[in-house]
Amino acid sequence: MSLILTTKQDGYAIVQFNRPEVLNALNVKLMEELVETLEMLDKEDDVRCIVLTGNEKAFAAGADIKEMADASAIEMLTRDQFARWDRIRKIKKPIIAAVSGFALGGGCELAMTCDMVVASETAKFGQPEINIGVMPGAGGTQRLTRAVGKAKAMEMVLTGRTISADEALRWGLINKVVPAEYFLEEAKAWAKEIASKPPVAVKLAKESVLKAFDTTMEGGLEFERKNFYILFASEDQKEGMKAFSEKRKPEWKGR
Amino acid sequence: MPTFQTLLYTLTDGVLTITMNRPDVFNAFNEQMKKDMNDALKEAEKDPGVRCVVIRGAGDKAFCSGQDLKEHAGSKRSLKESLEKSYNPMVRRMRSMEKPIIGMINGVAAGAGLSVALACDLRAMSTSAKLIEVFIRIGLVPDSGSHWFLPRLVGMARAFEYAATGRDITAEEAEKVGLVNKIAPPDQLEKVTLELAGSLAKAPTRSIGLIKRTLNKALTSDLDTILDYETYIQQVASESEDHKEGLAAFLEKRKPQFRGR
Repeated sequence: MSLILTTKQDGYAIVQFNRPEVLNALNVKLMEELVETLEMLDKEDDVRCIVLTGNEKAFAAGADIKEMADASAIEMLTRDQFARWDRIRKIKKPIIAAVSGFALGGGCELAMTCDMVVASETAKFGQPEINIGVMPGAGGTQRLTRAVGKAKAMEMVLTGRTISADEALRWGLINKVVPAEYFLEEAKAWAKEIASKPPVAVKLAKESVLKAFDTTMEGGLEFERKNFYILFASEDQKEGMKAFSEKRKPEWKGR
Repeated sequence: MPTFQTLLYTLTDGVLTITMNRPDVFNAFNEQMKKDMNDALKEAEKDPGVRCVVIRGAGDKAFCSGQDLKEHAGSKRSLKESLEKSYNPMVRRMRSMEKPIIGMINGVAAGAGLSVALACDLRAMSTSAKLIEVFIRIGLVPDSGSHWFLPRLVGMARAFEYAATGRDITAEEAEKVGLVNKIAPPDQLEKVTLELAGSLAKAPTRSIGLIKRTLNKALTSDLDTILDYETYIQQVASESEDHKEGLAAFLEKRKPQFRGR
């Protein structure tokens, strides 16, 4: 029974967690399947954008606690389950998290690992690891702090409290809040739009934005500049600028 | 049908009547009634057979006179906790529940009892009843949302007058200033209310819920936000069974049968 369900349409793919009976708790098997699926989609030409989602009740309500509760420190070090998440960071195509209901702990971290977040009014974000004697281990202290600043990151991580979709929007954690009934349609509309943009430019732009956190301003600007110049080797750059001058719609070749 | 110690809970043809049932103390809220009300509202929200809620008081003297002051007399208690634990969840759930709630004000509605009445979507009031923001008379301030509901219903000047003087508001004044939708003589109130509730219970409940959600949002948004929001909500409404039924009935020149979904 697959823990990940994948469908493709209109140039994008929808990747859905399939453990609804446990609110999509992220166990090792699900994460393995997820990473393999994303790497496979990253190579497929008919996919230009990816939507990651759970169901209306839960995006993912955390990691699978039962799986790790009895592990020793050495076992956790050897298993190094969070290292698998690094492979998600390496995906070149943009990933949009479509979040409804619970995105807690690992679920929140997974949403933050994505490039954009479209949320239902019912979405709830939180890092409640403190309440079970641990702390976030998959980016909850790093990505959260960069997104919402020190004070709010401390508030979430130290109190474990849940924030609403509107709070998450105000704090800069997510991109958009829509009525619950429409969150997946909205994410699909965003994915379809991005899938209609020239894919090489999309990949290099994503790469540059992600670089902004990891390097100095000087290094970042140089990286961005090189990516910009590299795009002049793409046919879509020539087509895009020609169409602009000729006041017509560009027709992307995808290379 | 769930049963409660201090409330009557009766469901007939989609109309749920919740009766605050402590008539000897003017239906004041004690710990049990606060718990019962929260549980009853949770039940009402969950049950798809409930398509309209009517909240009333038992007897003909009171809707609800607010917090039972005698219950904790002499002991030190935290009003902050009481509001966080009991009253605020009640008011929040009433505002967020996507079903119409009618407050049938059969008698005095005072203090938190008035706040509960104001948290309803619609109010029908008996001409023999009174509304009182009574808090100031014992040196407290309105709570359970009254500060939010009042100025939006009657404007700042009247809201301040009611809250700061704590004076009685008659049914005629309440209707005039927009605090209640309808008034009726005491022997007519139930009939008038149940007629309204009955027709709401046969209406497209999902879309009524969407209206409630959007109006709530509109009170704290600008026009652009609501125009954007409506585009989603109308799309959702258009995908409801009741819309298909409504359209079909219109074209076939017959009465629609709305299922509430």
